[in-house]
Amino acid sequence: MPRSAGRRSDRSTPRLSPLVWIAAGVALALLVLPLAALAVRAPWAQLPELLGRSEVVSALTLSLGTALLSTLIALALGVPLALVLARSAAWPVVPRRVLRALVTVPLVLPPVVGGVALLLLLGRRGLLGGPLEDAWGVTIPFTTTAVVIAQVFVAMPFLVLAVEGAIRASDRRFEQVAATLGASRATVFRRVTLPLVAPGVSAGAVLCFTRALGEFGATVTFAGSFPGVTQTLPIATYLELQRDPQAAIALSLVLMVVSVVVLVALRDRWVPGTTA
Amino acid sequence: MTALGGVWSAARRLAVGSALVLPLVGCAGGVDTVPGSSSAGTAAEEELTGQVTVFAAASLSDVFGTFETRFEELHPRVDVLVSFAGSSSLAEQIRQGAPADVFASADLATMASVEDDGAVSGSTAFTSNSLELVVPVGNPAGVTGLADLARSDLAIALCAEEVPCGAATVTLLDAVDVEAAPDTLEQDVTSVLTKVRLGEADAGLVYRTDVLAAGDAVEGIAVDGADDVVNVYPIAVLADAPNPDAADAFVDFVLSDEARGILDGAGFGAP
Repeated sequence: MPRSAGRRSDRSTPRLSPLVWIAAGVALALLVLPLAALAVRAPWAQLPELLGRSEVVSALTLSLGTALLSTLIALALGVPLALVLARSAAWPVVPRRVLRALVTVPLVLPPVVGGVALLLLLGRRGLLGGPLEDAWGVTIPFTTTAVVIAQVFVAMPFLVLAVEGAIRASDRRFEQVAATLGASRATVFRRVTLPLVAPGVSAGAVLCFTRALGEFGATVTFAGSFPGVTQTLPIATYLELQRDPQAAIALSLVLMVVSVVVLVALRDRWVPGTTA
Repeated sequence: MTALGGVWSAARRLAVGSALVLPLVGCAGGVDTVPGSSSAGTAAEEELTGQVTVFAAASLSDVFGTFETRFEELHPRVDVLVSFAGSSSLAEQIRQGAPADVFASADLATMASVEDDGAVSGSTAFTSNSLELVVPVGNPAGVTGLADLARSDLAIALCAEEVPCGAATVTLLDAVDVEAAPDTLEQDVTSVLTKVRLGEADAGLVYRTDVLAAGDAVEGIAVDGADDVVNVYPIAVLADAPNPDAADAFVDFVLSDEARGILDGAGFGAP
């Protein structure tokens, strides 16, 4: 390799220390090896038969549908929350930290506890769920609505934090310039802010979708498990593990493949630059 | 596998270490208590030492906790470790080589699957459990019997067919010819109980022992036909038991009259 070329690349990207490479290798192994073991042990021959089973198809359809709906809701509600959170940098310390903690809590809460919390709020004897049933006869547990609520509760914080990070990293002077040039607030948001934070929004949406797709604890606690209504693919997989571990491995493989396909497809479509 | 095996053998070494310390402690207080409990042990049994690892179905949590305490009183040099989980999960751990001495399953099918793999040769049924209707305190939906499980206006929680309590549920409902309209099929009996306890479900089917253990938090309704559909609990010493002598003694204790009394008190039936 020519000396000058080598020097130029040295200047633009400093070489990583061998320690970084080793740590990164261990990190990757930790993430990939368990999944590789799953793939090695999977009864591949059983896959076509499993994918043809009506209960698997309905669980997969339900999972994809609810995760997509949850992501759309999280986008509609989470992006505004992220905007407020980003602006809170100018607030006094206490409300700023409280708001951030409130957004982060569902991330550290064990999902099953989140499910119980949702029951205590929206269950038939819950703080809101009780009056709701008395007044309109509406019950939320054991419905597909409950699945979506559980997924939004668990997955939306991922989106909010990702978008908020992108907003804070973006240069606000572009917005100010657009405003001085006569753009309305809506136009500034649509034409300047949104394109600036688009990579953050798409990364957040992808995180949110995959988290919703894999959601188990809060869903099974709050929504229950009934085929075609509330039994998502992770729940079906867990139940199958009790009866036929081999089939459960195959099902988890389906979930894994679907996640990877969706991730790759979404990234290419939404942010063409990031995969290049 | 090898890494896990390392952890296990390390754990066993630790346990052996503590077993060496324990006798010193046990001897001091044990001298005058042993003659009092002479009915329970021969000279050979009193020499039992080390650790006994017992894998027991989650529904046995309360009684096996008591068994552990009593057995350690009878055999001060033995340390009993009980691991509770769903029978299927425990069976899978045993198949993967977990160094357990004793396995107590909540149904015959799970024990049979372990026997098929050669991890167990021969088991003994030691108790049984039957289903009971469970409703929230005050029975708001006015449930009286199994026929109410067919009412679509009620929120009904049952165990999923894949787990032992669900298999028993299906058999019972078939036997009494009730077509249930469940709103949720839960992954274990505890989840059914939780949904009923919180008032989310108007009725559910759980084991009689679960209703008793839940105390005042729920109400149980005995149902006709439930006694004909029982889950039989088998217990066995594993073929590769690290401590077979103590394991045999523990199983003997579980089959003793004293253990029978504890099981009766918790609502378990005859084997």
